[in-house]
Amino acid sequence: MTTTPDPSFAGRSYPAGPVHTVSAAKIAEFARATGAASALHTDPEAARAAGCADVVAPPTFLVSLAQATEAQYIEDPAAGIDFTRVVHGEEAFTLHRPVVAGDRLVPTLTVERVRSAGGHTMVTTRVDLADEAGAEVASVRSMLVVRGD
Amino acid sequence: MTSAPSAPLTLSDLTVGQELSRTRHELSRDTLVRYAGASGDFNPIHYNDAVATEAGLPGVIAHGMLTMGTAVSGLLDALGDPTAVRAYSSRFTNPIEVPAHGATTLEVVAVVGAIDLEAGTARIDLGAQVEGTAVLGRARATVALPPGPAAAATGDGSAA
Repeated sequence: MTTTPDPSFAGRSYPAGPVHTVSAAKIAEFARATGAASALHTDPEAARAAGCADVVAPPTFLVSLAQATEAQYIEDPAAGIDFTRVVHGEEAFTLHRPVVAGDRLVPTLTVERVRSAGGHTMVTTRVDLADEAGAEVASVRSMLVVRGD
Repeated sequence: MTSAPSAPLTLSDLTVGQELSRTRHELSRDTLVRYAGASGDFNPIHYNDAVATEAGLPGVIAHGMLTMGTAVSGLLDALGDPTAVRAYSSRFTNPIEVPAHGATTLEVVAVVGAIDLEAGTARIDLGAQVEGTAVLGRARATVALPPGPAAAATGDGSAA
């Protein structure tokens, strides 16, 4: 009883939210876990001296919020995605400005594409992150390969 | 982790093909567990041998996003300014098997791929390998940098 991703989900957008507050402690943990050694990730004084409101997130930090947002789609049984068959294919971050601790970000999920080829299905999602005033902060595009057979 | 910060790079410091950093990163089970906690990605294929093997993998593998995050760290050090990154993308071409004991070494080279003076950005191409096998494909970071003194053709060194 294998399932395959339902192509009719392509183009679907989900309601924005909930708002997520970026945490200095999570930034520090993430920086240490990925070898990002700059004091701007851990020292608020250094970050402020560099013109930032607070400690700065490393470039891939938003993956956690993005994946939590993608779960609305990935974990929806109707989407037909068997997570035991999922391989991460591609990831792309666009940062309109640095993300800092205290940022309150509103994520919006869009399923960009569901495409089958060679027995596999490539599923591309995009999570747009805006501030509470609606200004774009970043976007995270993720492509998952759902293995067939 | 107390390396002295180098002076931030400027666009005029760069030439296409220039190597900005060459770094080696040890990935062990400890590294994977630390990343799982930091990122919230607790997929057991990244720490449990039995689950990894049942999923058809040779053994526990690193999170692709751990590899991607770690691969850019050498470039961040070379830039001297982690806020310079405007975009970063990669494909995941081969999983990295991480042994129960010891560590696997990720080797990363960052090379200037293109310079866009008008946009004030440079594209940096990252090569990431484990034992000669590429683990990331088309890994590219776009960084925004100040133009630097050479952009002012007078060359008198005054800040522009």
